[in-house]
Amino acid sequence: MTKQPSTWDADEFGWFGGTGAWGGRFMPEALVAALDELTVAYAEAMADPEFVGAFESALVDYANVPSPLYEAKHLSEQYGVQILLKREDLNHTGAHKIRNVLGQALLTKRMGKTRVIAETGAGQHGVASATAAAYFGLDCTVYMGKVDTERQALNVARMELLGAKVVPVESGSATLKDAINEALRDWVASVDHTAYLFGTAAGPHPFPSMVRDFTRGIGDEARAQCLAKYGRLPDAIAACVGGGSNAIGLFTAFLDDADTAIYGYEAAGDGIETGRHAATIAAGGSGVLHGARTYVLQDEDGQTIESHSISAGLDYPGVGPQHAWLADSGRATYEGVTDAEAMAAFQLLARTEGIIPAIESSHALAGALRLAPKLAAEKGKDAILLVNLSGRGDKDMGTALDYFELASSKKGETK
Amino acid sequence: MTTTATAFARAKAEGRAALVGYLPAGFPDLDGSIEALKVMVEHGCDVIEIGLPYTDPVMDGPIIQAAAQQALDNGTRTKQVLQAVEAVAKAGAPTLVMTYWGPIERYGVEQFAADLANAGGAGLITPDITPDFGQEWIAAADAHDLDKVFLVAPSSTPARIAMTTAASRGFVYATGVMGVTGGKQATGDIVRPLIERTKATTDLPVGVGVGVSTGAQAAQFAQYADGVIVGSAFVRTLLEAPDRATGLRNLAALTEELAAGVRGRG
Repeated sequence: MTKQPSTWDADEFGWFGGTGAWGGRFMPEALVAALDELTVAYAEAMADPEFVGAFESALVDYANVPSPLYEAKHLSEQYGVQILLKREDLNHTGAHKIRNVLGQALLTKRMGKTRVIAETGAGQHGVASATAAAYFGLDCTVYMGKVDTERQALNVARMELLGAKVVPVESGSATLKDAINEALRDWVASVDHTAYLFGTAAGPHPFPSMVRDFTRGIGDEARAQCLAKYGRLPDAIAACVGGGSNAIGLFTAFLDDADTAIYGYEAAGDGIETGRHAATIAAGGSGVLHGARTYVLQDEDGQTIESHSISAGLDYPGVGPQHAWLADSGRATYEGVTDAEAMAAFQLLARTEGIIPAIESSHALAGALRLAPKLAAEKGKDAILLVNLSGRGDKDMGTALDYFELASSKKGETK
Repeated sequence: MTTTATAFARAKAEGRAALVGYLPAGFPDLDGSIEALKVMVEHGCDVIEIGLPYTDPVMDGPIIQAAAQQALDNGTRTKQVLQAVEAVAKAGAPTLVMTYWGPIERYGVEQFAADLANAGGAGLITPDITPDFGQEWIAAADAHDLDKVFLVAPSSTPARIAMTTAASRGFVYATGVMGVTGGKQATGDIVRPLIERTKATTDLPVGVGVGVSTGAQAAQFAQYADGVIVGSAFVRTLLEAPDRATGLRNLAALTEELAAGVRGRG
């Protein structure tokens, strides 16, 4: 659980890759005192064995962590390499996100604050935040784009059942980025007693580093599990990237393992060439969004462009600044995966392994399966390809139903 | 030419606070915003802030969000914001641009500073960068002789207030509430200590904005602040008017009320 400083880390101002490169803190002065307070409290907490122990206990006793590393035998046979799935879908609340919120909520208690706020897109981070708030006895308000509250009514019901207040956001495009804007507006006015449980490894310093450290257990566990079972490290690891919390959670343990290739898969939506996508690194430019310098989807005036993906969890026009640095430095490779590729992988995993993944995680799987033949050709059938199955697909059944019905009705028309 | 500094100095010499008025460029459209800002200058604004409309304005409440969205929906571009600056600056008031950082970074910081100076703009007010992350802007502003208006907040530590005022030029913007524009009203118990803490670190004028909308507030804050900054109230006046002519008449009346306020006649 201790933080291992490395060249991949941010400096004390939150810059990844050197002063002025990626990250930083582009924020109203009104929030700087709170961000400074959080930075200090977080560093002290991570150096305190009592805090670290309490976090570990919550993960193990409550969240069902460590998640297993499962060898997908049928897929492995089919693709000619050993495909290992890090089963974050089996965590409490169904995704890796519980790790981050338990860490941040525990820190909130330690700082003596009584209320948490969160933004959510599909509702997964909102549900995780409402869960952690219930577990630790904190008031919880979740901001969610109005469009998303309608698309994800079940998750709204889950959050309300858990005791959270859900506020539909109607400003701007009424989706995730606007929910973040509204949460920041709340925070400016409530910062004396409220903590902002940021849902991904993006935003102003210290969030990218803090969220990474609370989720890095994914990679720490997977690395140890792989070594224990196979006696060596994976040849390649893969994760989906929206804001990038599950990806940075997996990647961090492997950054200094030069023989492990690292792949991040962004949502290419209808295809990058259509302009309807969320492939921020693959198709965006350097800009400033939500407090950090990073890759952003923006027009030529620097206005944020709406992203598009079948996966609400990847539907974000920015990306965590450490990913920008990993891409820029060449340590990790980022590619797009279309809606169609992701949905094919979604269906394939269900049928070959009996696992219904989140559509987000299906992007990681689809990208990995595209990579597999190349890996097999280079390294043979013993090559190890480790994929982060960051969440389960229960929440996506409505989308899947629409998608596959639509696909079959289109087929019907062509007959 | 009247600069931000001379406008504040003139107000001080007259024994009053300066009135600073805000509207976003392109709201209700480009010509409409220029016309409205000229009305504000004619009726008593000493300094003008032109907002650069942005998709993600985290310091703004619903009123300014709505106006900025309307400006963006109208197709307002960064270059047109500079046109508005040029037109309003010619009307005689020092004209600053209030902008979030994303569009400036995209335009090119040095290029924007050069074009703003060429348009006769006085400088920038930057709500989401602080001097410790504003090095590039500070360098460009200094190279082009522009004002750098950074913000201090009730939550700012003494060290941060000192750091912020040391990096500022033109005036220092004290946010009167912990919150966004157009929301809760600023009150003396929060504003006065912040103004005093800020003035203790600098000879620059200190203006108070966010949560200031009435002549009575202007009169109250003018007792200890060097400037009173109003935005959402002007925007609301235009948003709520049944037609443009009425909107401009109401805007003139509000400007006069606030101008009387900064002269202690709230």
